[in-house]
Amino acid sequence: MRLTEFKDHQRELHYFQLRIGIAGVFVLAAFSLLLLRFVYLQIVQYDYYRTKAEDNRISIVPIIPNRGLILDRNGTVLARNYAAYTLEISPGKVNDLEQTINELGGVVEIRASDRARFKRLMIEAKGAISLPIRTRLTDEEVAKFAVNSYRFPGVDIQARLFRQYPLNDLASHVTGYIGRINDRDVVRIDKAGLTANYKGTDHIGKTGLEQSYEGELHGVTGYEQVEVDSAGRGVRTLSRTSPTPGNNLVLTLDIKLQQVAEQAFGDNRGALVAIEPATGGILAFVSKPGFDPNLFVDGIDPASWDELNTSEDRPMVNRALAGTYPPGSTFKPYMALAALELRKRTPQQTINDQGYYQFGGHRFRDDKPGGHGVVDMYKSIVQSCDTYYYILGNDLGIDNIARFIGQFGLGAKTGIDVEGEATGVLPSQEWKRKRFKNPEQQKWYPGETISVGIGQGYNAYTPLQMAQAIAAIANNGVMYRPHLVNYIESIGSGERDLVEPSIARSIKLKPENLEFIKRALEGVNIEGTGARAFANAEYTSAGKTGTAQVVAIKQNEKYDEKRVAERHRDHALFIAFAPLESPKIALAVVVENAGFGARAAAPIARQVLDFYLLGKQLAPPAIEGPGDESYD
Amino acid sequence: MIRALWMRFTDKIDPPLFATAFTLLVLGLVTLVSAAQDSPARISSQAVSILIALAVMWTVAQFPPQTMMRFAVPVYVFGLALLIAVAVFGDVVNGARRWLNLGIMRIQPSEIMKIAMPLMLAWYFDKHEATLRLREYFVASLLLLVPVMLIARQPDLGTALLVTAAGFYVIFLAGLSWKLLVGALLGACASLPFLWSLMHDYQRRRILTLLDPSSDPLGAGYHIIQSVIAVGSGGLAGKGWLRGTQAHLEFIPERSTDFVFAVFSEEFGLIGNCLLLLLYLLLIGRGLAIAANAPTFFARLLAGAVTLTFFTYAFVNMGMVSGILPVVGVPLPLISYGGTALVTLFFGIGILMSIHRHRKLVQT
Repeated sequence: MRLTEFKDHQRELHYFQLRIGIAGVFVLAAFSLLLLRFVYLQIVQYDYYRTKAEDNRISIVPIIPNRGLILDRNGTVLARNYAAYTLEISPGKVNDLEQTINELGGVVEIRASDRARFKRLMIEAKGAISLPIRTRLTDEEVAKFAVNSYRFPGVDIQARLFRQYPLNDLASHVTGYIGRINDRDVVRIDKAGLTANYKGTDHIGKTGLEQSYEGELHGVTGYEQVEVDSAGRGVRTLSRTSPTPGNNLVLTLDIKLQQVAEQAFGDNRGALVAIEPATGGILAFVSKPGFDPNLFVDGIDPASWDELNTSEDRPMVNRALAGTYPPGSTFKPYMALAALELRKRTPQQTINDQGYYQFGGHRFRDDKPGGHGVVDMYKSIVQSCDTYYYILGNDLGIDNIARFIGQFGLGAKTGIDVEGEATGVLPSQEWKRKRFKNPEQQKWYPGETISVGIGQGYNAYTPLQMAQAIAAIANNGVMYRPHLVNYIESIGSGERDLVEPSIARSIKLKPENLEFIKRALEGVNIEGTGARAFANAEYTSAGKTGTAQVVAIKQNEKYDEKRVAERHRDHALFIAFAPLESPKIALAVVVENAGFGARAAAPIARQVLDFYLLGKQLAPPAIEGPGDESYD
Repeated sequence: MIRALWMRFTDKIDPPLFATAFTLLVLGLVTLVSAAQDSPARISSQAVSILIALAVMWTVAQFPPQTMMRFAVPVYVFGLALLIAVAVFGDVVNGARRWLNLGIMRIQPSEIMKIAMPLMLAWYFDKHEATLRLREYFVASLLLLVPVMLIARQPDLGTALLVTAAGFYVIFLAGLSWKLLVGALLGACASLPFLWSLMHDYQRRRILTLLDPSSDPLGAGYHIIQSVIAVGSGGLAGKGWLRGTQAHLEFIPERSTDFVFAVFSEEFGLIGNCLLLLLYLLLIGRGLAIAANAPTFFARLLAGAVTLTFFTYAFVNMGMVSGILPVVGVPLPLISYGGTALVTLFFGIGILMSIHRHRKLVQT
């Protein structure tokens, strides 16, 4: 009995110890599982989790660089920055935007235009952390909001640098403007690999030099590595990399000259480009009407935007760069030069102008009823005889014209350092083949050459191209690439990166031919179509008037300015350079729908030249009714 | 004389068990200094708790197992009564009815069950040692399930789990046949959908977020994600004491209590984790050895269950922090801040010591 009891006891103990053993194995297995998990997390996935922890801990706060300034050649500021307070809403932190804005309106003034702009920004700048509801708060408004700020979580006062264009619409097409970065900009920035550099940046150049020199003006964004806790509060700064401010642009533009030129246009629409022939540096770059670039900086309100975009005057189009116009009679000097260089004419050869040129059943009329009589090349330029160039055009043929005149850069992009340039049209057989799809239209008709001969027809050039071409004549065939920026100035080091004048093309021209053309152009301003505008000029000058048809005049129909709708009136053109012997300035003027070049465009050129060469500002010369010289 | 007194004082203390537990306590304090930098009061408060817990251990070690046996039924009944009282008059804190306000202090009766349960079941099986049949296991299951249900309803999933584990270990060690064991497991699996329907929303969420923490990165999944990042970013050797960024920048929730292991792991890395696992293994190994050599059925069951409860604490906590188990409120034994758990744990260690020191007395 005792024995069995003992045996039982032993067996039972044994059995228990077996169970303890099983439990021990289970413990070991469970701990091995933990160990495996630790090895996985801490060895295999270590890099991943370390990065995660660092991302948790470190927040990169961008420090936005100051944008570079834009100055004219004499240091006048065209674009600068100033600090102002803005009231900004973080849409992500505000539940009811509408209500918040309404309540804010009780603290600081919020205009309807502010609301409209905010709404537009909400759409355009999706994902922005904070957007301005009010800009440029007064000190009083800042104080008022500060007292009430507890009522507005997600609304903050921010000190921001704002772009300012102190000259308002003066040279607005040159500077262009900056605006808030929108979705398209984000894509562009991303493609350019600049996303990191634009962290924290709200604005980007949209047009003009602001856009074209964005890379220079923006600067390099600095950043601060801040250790943050789980609530996002900064604990301490780990490192700081200072931003590099953007570079200043110093232009070749003379803002006083620009102002004289813009004022000379009065209420007229049009463009003027003035170039220093020996460098290609642009002295004046006018597109009228302009606009106030300041409107765009903190998001333009929709009313102003609509007004600018729907206006018939199309103030947002940079006419000097992207507007294309038939050159009209300003084309004639190039035609004459082509005739001389290609030996199709001598200066002495004459024609007898009856007032028209009959070709293939069409009568091409001269502007002067009854014609100019006996006309040699000099007279053809000075009096702007159409018949001479109808015949010459026919004799040269379209491809000769295109080949020769193409050398002056007409109908091709000049490569100026601002974006948005139009190509224009230098008509040729090849051009027509490419331009049209219909085989009937692709064919070049000889009659078309005749219109081209007087600068009409398919001819279409930008004022910039016209200015570059006349500058090439002034500079004896050496043509410089036009440029607006003289040098780029680094603010930190003061280093200046000069834009070296670069020769676009050296056109081989016989000196005697060039001399003849220059003399003829001088004649225009002394005894020809430009004589009235250049009466009593204290310097020698070369010029050529032009009038470009906007609407084709039917055969045998007399153009009557008064009967034609204002928008369909002819464009007035003038090209010039001065002084004759050593030209300091060459220019092209287009005045839209202003009629004869001699009457509307030449006086503008005169004022610009007077100011640039003599430093004087003349009252606009009185314009009389059409006289003899206004035929061109 | 002094030597004799010291001998008298320490003769019930098991040196291996004490040394291991003490090392863990030191590690816990070291970690707490880092984890509770923003509330230094916790360090002194923990030190006081340690002293109380050690006193409890010493006291419990003085009583022979037979004395404990006498207390088994009264303590269990008392605990059960308190649990019922909690269900009726308990204070609600953080959405759970766990506390009983006794006027001078608030107690959490479920904590008592962690000791009372194995004590009761060991007593029960010891009493019916000769005639263990299905009926006994059934009764034992009832003794286990009634308080567990009350605790789970509070709701306090962590404690319910630990009490269940403690009870289950007794039943398992008492010799529950494998057939029944497998049957019970299958039954448990089958009842999962039923349990699911009984669960509170936040409990369901915890389980769902365990399966996919990223489904709710800012809500319930946040704790798991951040603690796993802390563990992983510790690497092999850790970031160094006081240099855990996840801990000090407040990314880890409950970092001195339930998630203290994340702090430890971040600062001491895999090497530290291995040391911790080793210490727990030593503690558990020693406890199992004591159980295996215990003189009576009661003592064996009690020692085994208490030891394995230790294991459960450690495994569940580390598993939760490293993202392989759902978040349940189970502290890391001897490391986490908190006096109640410490006292309960040292009560258990005291029981083990008592069983070990009194084994010869019983046999003779």
